[in-house]
Amino acid sequence: MKPVLTKVFGRQPLGTVFAAPYALFLALVFAYPLGLAVWISFHDYFFAAPGAQVDRPFVGLDNYTNVLGDPDVQRAFFNVGVFLVINVPLTVVLSLVLATALNSVTRGRTFLRVSYYVPYVTASVALVAVWLFLFSQGGLVNDLLGPLAPSPSWLVNSKAAMPLIALFVTWKQMGFFILLYLAALQGVSKDLYEAASIDGASRFRSFMNVTVPGVRAATTLVVILATITGANLFTEPYLLTNGGGPDGASASPVFVMYQKGIEQGNPDTASAIGVILVVLVLAISLVNRRILERD
Amino acid sequence: MRRTFLTTSVAVLALGVTAACGSSSGSGEARSASGPIKVWLSNNPEEIAWGKAMVKEWNAEHSDQKVTAQEIPAGKTSEEVIGAAITAGNAPCLVFNTSPAAVPQFEKQGGLVPLDGFSGGKQYVEDRSGDQAEQYQSPDGKYYQIPWKQNPVMIFYNKDLFKKAGIDPANPPLKTYDQFLATSKKLVDSGSAPAAIAPAPSSEFFQSWFDFYPLYAAESGGKQTVEDGKATFDDTAGKDVWNFWAQMYKDGYTPKEKYDGDSFADKKAAMAVVGPWAIAVYKGKVNWGAVPVPTKTGMDASEVHTFTDAKNIALYSACKNQKTAWNVLKFATSKDQDNKLLETTGQMPIRKDLATTYASYFSSHPDYRLFADQASRTVEVPNVPNSVEIWQEIRDNFSSAVIFGKTSVDDSIAKAADAADKLAKK
Repeated sequence: MKPVLTKVFGRQPLGTVFAAPYALFLALVFAYPLGLAVWISFHDYFFAAPGAQVDRPFVGLDNYTNVLGDPDVQRAFFNVGVFLVINVPLTVVLSLVLATALNSVTRGRTFLRVSYYVPYVTASVALVAVWLFLFSQGGLVNDLLGPLAPSPSWLVNSKAAMPLIALFVTWKQMGFFILLYLAALQGVSKDLYEAASIDGASRFRSFMNVTVPGVRAATTLVVILATITGANLFTEPYLLTNGGGPDGASASPVFVMYQKGIEQGNPDTASAIGVILVVLVLAISLVNRRILERD
Repeated sequence: MRRTFLTTSVAVLALGVTAACGSSSGSGEARSASGPIKVWLSNNPEEIAWGKAMVKEWNAEHSDQKVTAQEIPAGKTSEEVIGAAITAGNAPCLVFNTSPAAVPQFEKQGGLVPLDGFSGGKQYVEDRSGDQAEQYQSPDGKYYQIPWKQNPVMIFYNKDLFKKAGIDPANPPLKTYDQFLATSKKLVDSGSAPAAIAPAPSSEFFQSWFDFYPLYAAESGGKQTVEDGKATFDDTAGKDVWNFWAQMYKDGYTPKEKYDGDSFADKKAAMAVVGPWAIAVYKGKVNWGAVPVPTKTGMDASEVHTFTDAKNIALYSACKNQKTAWNVLKFATSKDQDNKLLETTGQMPIRKDLATTYASYFSSHPDYRLFADQASRTVEVPNVPNSVEIWQEIRDNFSSAVIFGKTSVDDSIAKAADAADKLAKK
């Protein structure tokens, strides 16, 4: 009898009991919707009233072939690719540099930490209003740039819109990633910096040869988290560039999912986009992990 | 590791499949049931005032069939909230803000009750709205909405800014496209306003109702974008309208960037595309005048059609006391309540002979007379499957060719019409 119980509940049944509520929470809010989304993506599905007699036939890969052949979807994946290429490296470099600088300052440390963290905890809607004030046609940035201001202006310029969103998100999320790096920096032995100093290493060399390898695990986490949050980009194209504008130049896959799934009542094609996005993010994260954690 | 991954994946899929296969019970016989009901009102203050007064009147006479009214819960759009409520099975009995464009989708979801099913239902709808009712009939010939009230879209202009630009504010030259362009040039070149007119250049599917569609309704003599299952707008009228707006954007009379506020009230634009709701909104803020939307050759005002910008009432299938809901619907759209709606909101009930039925109102409110006349020549969005998707196709192609000038008008309008043809047949 005992081996069976051990098999079911493990060697520490109490641990299983403690973990169970969270496992249940994950099953309900993560596994269930994900499984449902996968199921929906293989059917001709739409949301219906309870009790309504509706036919939802299995359609195989039809939804996938439809979305993969849709130029709007292709464009959205390309756009988010541009976003990630700008956002992820910028996030890693700036967060690490600022965290290192913050780690070494002694005066005004708390003020600086709060300053970096404020955009992260402020609602996107409020921050978008500030950026609209800065980057709109008659905004502060164009006033300062004068004749050097881009034409068309930032938010309606198909070349500038996505890079601007990437910059916005980098700035907004930076506080969180700086905190991750600050925590990781506490684990880098001071002896290593002293040894580097005795060997005559400059501050830059010391940063490259001690700090960067010392926080490698944190870098892996930052890259993966920035990739995941970046791939889920929605609020900024929705609000800052008025619905993925100009002319779809900043539309993201999640924005297209919203249009198709919620506005147009096609959750089947929206789910197919979602599943493709999950698979791509998983693949990118695995590749990142392999590259960043290799010795 | 691999085994754990596989087990987790199977569990995730199994959960989803189990959920998807879950069946729900039927709604039962609610059509003949009476009792308390819930209704949702739009969040417009004037409509809430009318709605609450209407409910109070009903409740005073029907203590056993009490109506509880509330604003539509907050969401990105009313249609998303209503769609979610239908799926969840907790939609109210009546929504006094049902967009005609969303009706095909709600109908497909099984969320609406055909009004024809009630004794004299069809007759009531057609007697009240006359010929205009036909536009609200679904492809199966039934009415899933009652045409309630409309805001015929016209061109509002700021008389002070026109005067400043040296344009006669009493008779502004805005009838033809050429006149409209020349007037816009004067307004912008004189520095009277940064923009002549500023319809939202954003990508939402409904934005075409306030730039392309009113002008297309006028230019085509009252055509809908899809008729008899086929797109109509890839014609001379459609191309003329797209080319007109393309010129407005190209010449900088219409901004490509959305203004974060009310450009007309803030005097950032000298004109606006609005309905009669705007009379109360701009009262005391803007010295305004109104004219019909322009046409290529300057059609006589008495022939100009425009977009309805209507909001209707629908009865939702989650309603347990549908008989009461139907009676409340009739009460709320009675001649007396329509009069109160007109007086409280300035919006036009979709009634035949509106101007003569409420002649005393229009004689004491001359500002609204022009809109009452326009109300008899309005075009609704077509009641076809995939309506929202069709409007999104139109919007995306319009944005590309007209607002941002990336593609040719001829190619984009043909592309949008082709997509509309396919979607309307789906």
